[in-house]
Amino acid sequence: MSAAPGAKTFVIDGVDASATPGQTILSAAREHNIFIPTLCHLEGLGDVGACRLCLVEVKGARRLLPACTTRVDEGMEVTTNSPRLADYRQMTMQLLFAERNHVCSVCVANNHCEMQSMATTLGMTHVEVPYRFPALTVDASHERFTLDHNRCILCTRCVRVCSEIEGAHTWDVMGRGIQSKVITDLDQPWGTSETCTSCGKCVQVCPTGALFQKNRTGERRGKDPSFLPYLRTMREEL
Amino acid sequence: MMSHEELEQTTAKVQQEQRAAGDRINVCVAAGCLSLHSDAVQKSLTDEAKKSGARCSVRGVGCMGLCSAGPVVSHEPAQAVAAEDKTTAQPTRLYGGVQPGHAAKIVASLNQEPVRELAIDTAMPFFAKQTKIVLENSGSINPESIEEYIAAGGYRALLRALHEMTPAEVVQEISASGLRGRGGAGYPTGLKWATVARAAGATKYVICNADEGDPGAFMDRSVLESDPHRVLEGMILAAYAVGASQGYIYLRAEYPLAVQRLGVAIREAKRMGLLGAEIAGTRMSLHLEIRLGAGAFVCGEETALIASIEGRRGTPQPRPPYPAESGLWNSPTLINNVETYANVSPILARGSAWYAAQGTAKSKGTKVFALSGKARNTGLIEVPMGMTLREIIFDIGGGVPAGHTFKAVQTGGPSGGCIPESLLDIPVDYDSLMQAGSIMGSGGMIVMDDSSCMVSVARFFMEFCMSESCGKCVPCRAGTAQMHGLLTRITEGVATHRDLDLLVRLCEMVGATSLCGLGQTAPNPVLSTLRYFKNEYLAHIEDKHCPAGVCECATTPAEVNA
Ligand SMILES: Cc1cc2nc3c(=O)[nH]c(=O)nc-3n(C[C@H](O)[C@H](O)[C@H](O)COP(=O)(O)O)c2cc1C
Ligand code: SF4
Ligand code: SF4
Ligand code: SF4
Ligand code: SF4
Ligand code: FES
Ligand code: FES
Repeated sequence: MSAAPGAKTFVIDGVDASATPGQTILSAAREHNIFIPTLCHLEGLGDVGACRLCLVEVKGARRLLPACTTRVDEGMEVTTNSPRLADYRQMTMQLLFAERNHVCSVCVANNHCEMQSMATTLGMTHVEVPYRFPALTVDASHERFTLDHNRCILCTRCVRVCSEIEGAHTWDVMGRGIQSKVITDLDQPWGTSETCTSCGKCVQVCPTGALFQKNRTGERRGKDPSFLPYLRTMREEL
Repeated sequence: MMSHEELEQTTAKVQQEQRAAGDRINVCVAAGCLSLHSDAVQKSLTDEAKKSGARCSVRGVGCMGLCSAGPVVSHEPAQAVAAEDKTTAQPTRLYGGVQPGHAAKIVASLNQEPVRELAIDTAMPFFAKQTKIVLENSGSINPESIEEYIAAGGYRALLRALHEMTPAEVVQEISASGLRGRGGAGYPTGLKWATVARAAGATKYVICNADEGDPGAFMDRSVLESDPHRVLEGMILAAYAVGASQGYIYLRAEYPLAVQRLGVAIREAKRMGLLGAEIAGTRMSLHLEIRLGAGAFVCGEETALIASIEGRRGTPQPRPPYPAESGLWNSPTLINNVETYANVSPILARGSAWYAAQGTAKSKGTKVFALSGKARNTGLIEVPMGMTLREIIFDIGGGVPAGHTFKAVQTGGPSGGCIPESLLDIPVDYDSLMQAGSIMGSGGMIVMDDSSCMVSVARFFMEFCMSESCGKCVPCRAGTAQMHGLLTRITEGVATHRDLDLLVRLCEMVGATSLCGLGQTAPNPVLSTLRYFKNEYLAHIEDKHCPAGVCECATTPAEVNA
């Protein structure tokens, strides 16, 4: 095999594959057209390993490892799907659906939602865990955008894009555990934020109906985070 | 510059002063006794001693272990203070439940018979069965006096290492001792030190994890309050071994006394040239800072702790990279627990072979436990690894008080499990406790009797994990809340077998998929109680009845479902 210098050879789902030094399992898998489900990962943003959908089995490892943050090692043997992984992924989706108030039929993101389509992809047919029905608020104070906590899955993409790409640091996470929520500035209404540049990047990267642009309906309410890898590359080359 | 000769001079001076002072009356002013107003006891003993003109000194000391008998006071006769060989000396007298009003009696008894009504039998198994390494000075030296620590043998190991050993030899000694991390996971300390020592990087850090957040645990606090220099000496030795010149002690802000005593200890050690630049005249420097945590349990997790020191939100991050390779400000970082550091100086002073001779094949030395719950004697104990749970609970702890029977012992706090009567003869070591479905943990040990409902116990710990979850990853954030909900349904008598099945599935999933140790171990209290006390779960579900009479099971399930 003619590999680039320092390239790592490894096995993924029984197939020999190669990865560049420092490349994550997720990135290498995608190059080899192997699907690993993800929600918190987004090409162009730093990874946090929070949603746990991308967990894979690595031979010899004591635990399951997140593909988005684990780097390929020489000789690694990775399994991206198994009955156990499929079961955990379904349960993860169920926990997310039951955590807040997801009623797709009345949601702005219906049919344009990464969470909804991920549930379909992973074959989630029903939710066995009890719905929690928390009482949550909607912040519509921003002139162009709305934040609906009922649909937020705390993936922190908004937090990361706003600090890593826009440099505004408007978003943060407040509280602990099940009480956590995303906030703007020091938990002030988004509309009064002094740091927000209204660039809209957070809205574009939000995988659910938690962040959306006002007055957009029908086909136009889809989101497009494709600007991200492009921006990243441009900046790295500058 | 501090030299061996100066250590000996200091020691001689302290001993001379102590001899001159005559009898010694030690009052425990550690947190347990202090909360019972032992400071007032100390004051009236001091006043009384002055008034009587007796040749004696009254000192505040750290925890003496039997906290359930507090406020605790000990009396060392002058002859014992001066004796070279303590074993033949007149024994120290120990008093419990001492009130300010008892001061005159105690002072009057110095050359007389002990005060009978306050006396604690020092030959009882509670004391006789313990082995003190970490706690050897606790309760016998003044924690705010570096001279007393030196007089008790302190800082010798440091000077010897700095002058006579290479850093690699120090690492080698720790490896050979078999010491394992006392913060919970039991990772081999020598291996960790070697990794940091080997890691590339001009700047390295040492961190002491004193975040101690398990409910009911107070081992680390007590060590810091009773013998802070022991921890400092361990950290300085560690810094020498791995090549660090900056260190942090991450301490809970809720431990003001520990913060204060550690602050005094750092100042004193600097004054003596044992900390700061050019320690003891060598090229080794170490600057130590105290960082106060806001008390979030998850900040005890090493990556979250590092984030918190860096001034970021204290949430765990995926490992690898491990802190040993890339930790504080991306530099190689050694992070160990308080008790781990407290073992270092004795190991270097007495040799790894001496240390490795105590304990079991894979768990060496001793372990400090905070024994609490339904035992006659509760407090802070230190036992050799390998002692059975039965000896700890029934000999040291004195068993459960009359009228009740033993049911289970909980170790490892929210990450651990409940062990039943039938397994009490297993030795206390990392591997045996793990096999029994619990963990060593940091040293919490709660004795439970027949008045405890095991489902409620599991629910209590799940509630703790739910509210202490940082919320970053889905299985822990949403999973602990769901498990807590299901356990609540069981305690309310409204759960079905389907709920129980779902609970078991969630336990497995949350344990396998959570990002950090908090979520990964959160199911343990449920799994262990299900393993040994499943009948109690079934009683709540099938008979809507709580066998221990703790839960108020609903008679009409429909009400609660609504
Ligand atoms: C949720 C959580 C809380 C923890 N809390 C503590 C703690 O309070 N003190 C501690 O020493 N280690 C704690 N740990 C373990 C640390 O991450 C780390 O393993 C330990 O400090 C390493 O030191 P040792 O090798 O000396 O045990 C905690 C781990 C987790 C997952
Ligand atoms: S955010 Fe997505 S999953 Fe949630 S209600 Fe809206 S469409 Fe459904
Ligand atoms: S619109 Fe831009 S600046 Fe404002 S919060 Fe979103 S990402 Fe940050
Ligand atoms: S608002 Fe959207 S992007 Fe931000 S955390 Fe919630 S779901 Fe993720
Ligand atoms: S397991 Fe719990 S505490 Fe740990 S990162 Fe996940 S949410 Fe935070
Ligand atoms: S994509 Fe890896 S954890 Fe979310
Ligand atoms: S606190 Fe006084 S004996 Fe433990």
